[in-house]
Amino acid sequence: MRRPEFTRAPGFKSYVYGFASALLLTAFSFGLGTTHLAPPNIVLDMVYAAAVIQILVHLHFFLHLNLSYKKQALFIVSLFTFVIVVLMAGGTLWIIFSLNAHMG
Amino acid sequence: MPSAMIIPEMTASETSSSLDEVSVKEIGFWIYLMSDAIIFALLFATYIVMSANNAGGPTAKDLFDLKHTAEETLLLLTSSLTCGFSILALSRKCRSEVLFWLSVTALLGASFIGMEITEFHGMVSKGAGPDRSGFLSAFFTLVGTHGLHVSFGLVWGLVMMAQVAVKGLNEHVASRLRRWSMFWHFLDLIWVAIFSFVYLRGVI
Repeated sequence: MRRPEFTRAPGFKSYVYGFASALLLTAFSFGLGTTHLAPPNIVLDMVYAAAVIQILVHLHFFLHLNLSYKKQALFIVSLFTFVIVVLMAGGTLWIIFSLNAHMG
Repeated sequence: MPSAMIIPEMTASETSSSLDEVSVKEIGFWIYLMSDAIIFALLFATYIVMSANNAGGPTAKDLFDLKHTAEETLLLLTSSLTCGFSILALSRKCRSEVLFWLSVTALLGASFIGMEITEFHGMVSKGAGPDRSGFLSAFFTLVGTHGLHVSFGLVWGLVMMAQVAVKGLNEHVASRLRRWSMFWHFLDLIWVAIFSFVYLRGVI
C-alpha cells in the first residue's frame, strides 16, 4: 500500500478477510452454477447456503455487526427486521405455494 | 426498559473513528437500512412467486448470462473493499487517501451500473422488457430497485468526494462518510442475494 501503517490499521484485516471470504463464497456459487456436478436441487440448496453464509460474512466484516454491548442497538434492530422478513416474505411464499399446490 | 440501556453512551461517540463505536445517527441510519431490507425481502418474495410465469416468453435460462453477472459481482465486491479502505483512511484523517479510495469506489460502482444498463438494454431490445411477462416484471422491479439504490449511492459518493475536497474531514463530513459506507456495504449485501436467488436460481 501507499503507506506502511495502512496495512496495520485496526480495521484493515477485517476488510481483507471479509473480501477474501466473500470472493471464495462467490466463486463457489458461480462454480457450482456453471458446472453440472450434482443434481440441480442439491446445487441450488448449496448456493442458497453459500448466500446465507456470505451475507453473514458481509454483516460481520464489512458492516461490523457483532454481539458486543456497543452494538446492542444495531443488533436488536437487525433481529426485529429478521423476524419481520421471516413473517412477511416467508409467509407470502408459504401461502402462495400452498395455494398453488391446492389448485393443481 | 429505559432507552439508555439499549443505546449506551452514544452522544460522545459522534466524532469517534473506531469501527466499534456507534453514534446515534448510525443507529438511525441502520433502522432506515433495515426498512430497506424489508422492501427488498418482499421484492424477492414477489420475484420467486412470479419467476415461473413467463407467459410463453423468454425464460431465465434464455436470458441470464452468468459470466456477465459474475463480472458485475466482482465489481461490486471490490468496491466494498475500497469503500472500507476509504473509512480506514478516514480513521487516520488522511484526506488525499480518502479521496483516492472514494474515487476508486465510485469508478467501480459506475462500471457496475454501466454493465447493468447494458444488460437491461439488451433484454428490452430482444423483446424481453418488463411488460413481457410476470417473471420479467418482477425481475426488472427487483434488480432495477437495487440498481437505482446503487445509482443514488453513486451520487451520494460524488457529493461526499466534493465535501471532502472542499470542507475537509471535519466531524460532519466524517459522520456522513461513515453512513455512506454503511449504505454502500448494504447494497453489496443485497446483491449477494440477487445473484444467488435470481441469477443462479434462474440458470441452475
